[in-house]
Amino acid sequence: MRWNDICPIEILQPERGVAALVDGLQVAIFRTWDGTLYAIANRDPIAKAQVMSRGIVGTRGGAPTVASPLHKQVYDLRTGECLDVPGIRIPTYPVRCAEGQVQVAVTT
Amino acid sequence: MKKRLVVAGYGMVAQRFLEAMRERDTDADWSVTVLAEEARHAYDRVRLTSWFEGEELDLGGPPAGVRVLLGTPAVTVDRRNRTVNGDIPYDALVLATGSRPFVPPIEGASAPGVFVYRTIEDLQAIREWAAGKKVGAVLGGGLLGLEAANALKGMGLATHVVEFAPRLMPMQVDEGGGAVLRRHIEALGVTVHTGRSCASLEAGLRMHFADGGSLEVDVVVIAAGIRPRDELVEVGRGPRGGYLVDEMCTTEDEAIWAIGECAALQGVCYGLVAPGYAMAEVVADRLTGGQAVMAPPDTSTKLKLLGVDVASFGTPQGEGLDVVVTDQITGVYAKLLLTDDAQTLLGGILVGDASSYPTLRACVGGPLPGPPLSVLSGQAVTPLKGEAQVCSCHAVSKADITSAIAGGCTDVPGLKACTKAGTGCGSCVPLLKQLLAEGGVKLSKALCEHFTYSRQELFDIIGVRGITSFSALIGEFGTGRGCDICKPAVASILASMGNGYILDGEQAALQDTNDHFLANIQRDGTYSVVPRIPGGEITPEKLIVVGEVARDFGLYTKITGGQRIDLFGARVEQLPLIWRRLVDAGFESGHAYGKALRTVKSCVGSTWCRYGVQDSVGLAVELELRYRGLRAPHKIKSAVSGCARECAEARSKDFGVIATENGWNLYIGGNGGFRPRHADLFLTDASTELLVQTIDRFLMYYIRTADRLQRTASWIEAMEGGLDHLREVIIDDSLGLCAELDAMMTRHVASYADEWRATLDDPKRLARFVSFVNAPDTPDPDISFGTERGQKVPS
Repeated sequence: MRWNDICPIEILQPERGVAALVDGLQVAIFRTWDGTLYAIANRDPIAKAQVMSRGIVGTRGGAPTVASPLHKQVYDLRTGECLDVPGIRIPTYPVRCAEGQVQVAVTT
Repeated sequence: MKKRLVVAGYGMVAQRFLEAMRERDTDADWSVTVLAEEARHAYDRVRLTSWFEGEELDLGGPPAGVRVLLGTPAVTVDRRNRTVNGDIPYDALVLATGSRPFVPPIEGASAPGVFVYRTIEDLQAIREWAAGKKVGAVLGGGLLGLEAANALKGMGLATHVVEFAPRLMPMQVDEGGGAVLRRHIEALGVTVHTGRSCASLEAGLRMHFADGGSLEVDVVVIAAGIRPRDELVEVGRGPRGGYLVDEMCTTEDEAIWAIGECAALQGVCYGLVAPGYAMAEVVADRLTGGQAVMAPPDTSTKLKLLGVDVASFGTPQGEGLDVVVTDQITGVYAKLLLTDDAQTLLGGILVGDASSYPTLRACVGGPLPGPPLSVLSGQAVTPLKGEAQVCSCHAVSKADITSAIAGGCTDVPGLKACTKAGTGCGSCVPLLKQLLAEGGVKLSKALCEHFTYSRQELFDIIGVRGITSFSALIGEFGTGRGCDICKPAVASILASMGNGYILDGEQAALQDTNDHFLANIQRDGTYSVVPRIPGGEITPEKLIVVGEVARDFGLYTKITGGQRIDLFGARVEQLPLIWRRLVDAGFESGHAYGKALRTVKSCVGSTWCRYGVQDSVGLAVELELRYRGLRAPHKIKSAVSGCARECAEARSKDFGVIATENGWNLYIGGNGGFRPRHADLFLTDASTELLVQTIDRFLMYYIRTADRLQRTASWIEAMEGGLDHLREVIIDDSLGLCAELDAMMTRHVASYADEWRATLDDPKRLARFVSFVNAPDTPDPDISFGTERGQKVPS
């Protein structure tokens, strides 16, 4: 597993996402209100467009979530599981903040 | 020297005439003298009965500069020397002498205790006489008679109404309507004698009927109709009296005009105030150089008599196909008369429930907005059948939804998961709520799992507590960290309250992607760009700029339904570059991405069109610039048509304006879209000032009280009391809210700033416009295009 530098942590606005290009893969990275980082694939598995980073971040029950900006299906940021449509899941990636840099690891 | 105008008579129509002259005679060419018989200024005779309840009937007195001689009736007119009462010269004389009560030739009609019902003095006399008495009778069961009966009943008298015709209100309603009306009035304790006439009144006081019976009474009010007062000037009369006037309201003497109840317009006298007002406007227009003529008078009426709604519109009786509904249980009667091909509404009568009157009156001369029975039940939209498609994205029928509800679904998310309805474009969600309600499911007002409050309650909380951030709101009044439902809703409320640029600080995290990038996301993740083109009016130079920008950035180009131009296929990193060019050319954001005012569409209006009666483009531009950027629970669309031909399709808009000869008609609550609805008539012949003030209040009241994603149409449909309630709130100010609503709009207008210009001016705000945070110059490699009909489209 190799960590890729993405951007300084302060670029990430709380409760918004950014898209990053990591080894040719599009990754959506989110910072929630408590400072936790999450990374999932940027591709909306239902609409099939690279848009997940532009969804609204929030919570459902205790789960941190993001909603697709196209058709509003909600996904658990921790697992990538779609909470509205059973059987749909978005890939998740390891993400961390090291020395002020956001880093993502993708296994190719 | 000024021209001299003398008005004989000072009632409601004269008052309207004076006001119309003030508006039109802007150079003050006329000096005006009014001769008033009564010792008081004009008052609201239509609401005479409410004088007993202590209501003010004053109409505001004469406009400044008008000389009024109270208690000085016009008694002589010298046509040759053009003087009134010997020494008041005129260049134009307007007769507005009104009418007098008709007292039938009955023996004893002048006995003590017998009154007529016309002036405040009449009412004073009745009240003095009736004090401590027990029984009252009214001769005449028409409009005025029932008003008088209401007054007697209000004074605690056992009340009788005697009508010669076989039914009450014979002029307005037919037999069926009269029967329902009678039951209502009898239920109030009034005794109704129809088909009976009074033969004589015996002093003391006893009423003898022509058919032999008699009745002991204390008070008699004669309300057997009115007759025009036409004795002042010897000019031609109509066949049933009244000064004969042509469509310009001139008598045979071209210096003498007649308006109101004393005029026989092309031979016919009208005892309603509306035709009188129309005549007043025509004469004022003519005297100030205009060319107005009388349109056929509108004799539609809607009244509340003894608490019963009665309305009549168009021509309700005559040849044609009729639809008659009599509901004896709820006491509702309705009749519609249509042409033989059932395509055109001719007129109708409503008794007991007149809530569909505004819609129906507006439909006279055109088709009904739905099947007759559903129109009468107040639903202009056809009720759904089981096979009707509720969700067209996923082909879900009403039957699918109702069986899901029967199977245990109790909320919208449940229905979405169970049937997929509402998971596409989402426009059927209000209908899902309605079906849940119809299915007996009690819906929670809670906005979402994070707030137990409705949008309206949150609006009030935010306003009262002065909250300016989502964190503060959810910390104190919610749970969790929000979602795609409550965040944009709160963002919209904060924006409506004038919290500045929508993407600063924490507010940025609340916005839907469209507001976040100030553009409209498309299915491939690209965005479309819509510059504002107010009223659809654009110079060739600006049009060329739009074309050049589209060409240079390779954007698919389409003209929208709102008279603007939509440019598709822009990637996020292109948006600032595109807008730099547009802003430099003088364009600003069209807010196509926002739940906000979109466009005010217009037809070309009187500037070019040979039919136009007002400058519709000018008004559309004014309205669009006034309300641009106004954030609301849903998008808001508008249009202005320059004449009744309605080329701008204003009646399909949230607020639509249609020009009339005298001003503007305002229609509200229309929409196209998923569930089309025609807007309802709200104002008639309004001045621009009144129009704008009313729209201001309408929009702000909507913004304050509507649910999230509720268009104005369903907001009004769901409103308790409907249009009448809305009228009370924003016109009569029944909640005392108007000053606040006005102030909110003033604040909006003053604080408007173009969002795209504000974004381009600030490098920090521009930082978000990249496809990849770690590769800002790389476009999304997954976006690709093909070609269709010569333009770029998603592949």
